[in-house]
Amino acid sequence: MPNDTPVPLRPTSPHLTIYRPQISSVLSIMHRMTGLVLAVGISLLVVWLWSAAYNPAFFGTLHSWLASPLGLLLLFGWTLSFYYHFANGVRHLFWDIGKGFALHQMEKSGWAVLVFTFMMSAVTWGFVYGATGGQ
Amino acid sequence: MQDRFASPLRTRLSKVRGLGAARSGVGHWWLQRVTAVALVPLTLWFLVSLFVVLLTPNVVVVAEWFASPLHALLMVLLFIAAFFHAKLGVQVVIEDYVHGPMAKYTLLLANVFICFTCAAIGILAVLKLHFLDVVAGAM
Repeated sequence: MPNDTPVPLRPTSPHLTIYRPQISSVLSIMHRMTGLVLAVGISLLVVWLWSAAYNPAFFGTLHSWLASPLGLLLLFGWTLSFYYHFANGVRHLFWDIGKGFALHQMEKSGWAVLVFTFMMSAVTWGFVYGATGGQ
Repeated sequence: MQDRFASPLRTRLSKVRGLGAARSGVGHWWLQRVTAVALVPLTLWFLVSLFVVLLTPNVVVVAEWFASPLHALLMVLLFIAAFFHAKLGVQVVIEDYVHGPMAKYTLLLANVFICFTCAAIGILAVLKLHFLDVVAGAM
């Protein structure tokens, strides 16, 4: 039977903007964003290897691009993204086997992921700086 | 033979239909985990060892590095796992945020093509660098 009663304007499904950002939701969207960043990064790695194999002249050009301030900034961004996605991915794998799923554990492991990310990025770039003598 | 994807992760009905609630079953989810697990040691190996090579803008050093069968093998495995993982991840992002059918399917196709092409180029480059040494030795 047709129903002519107008549908009241009820609130639609949750809008992200009305939620207070929480560590769980912020880390979740960051996992996606860093994943996309890394997809671009691995493609650059392919360009790097391709040039080593097929275009040695471009290989040198690529290296000087990457050594520029913008190139280093990009590389640093990829380092952060990698360690974040790596650590948070391992966190996901533990959830998948049913471990660490309680709220207080998730909060703790979330902060641990962030600490790991910044610490390892600093260590990595400290190592790079030491190995190249700041070149 | 035991079918991996017909494991207890699937309901009987989905087994009969061969499709899950998202019409694709558990295969996507499972492969994302398989490639993730593979990427844990592979990326760590890559960072620890290749990072030293990355720092030298010298093609010869890179080629010598990939002359080792182990290095070449691990790099090929890394490309396969990483691009498969990237394909699965980017696919979900497209499915979640792109709603126009034309844009959605164009991007989904482009995603598959780009990921597989990049993986193939990467593997080809590794093989070229690896066999450079053999060819030079034979001449």
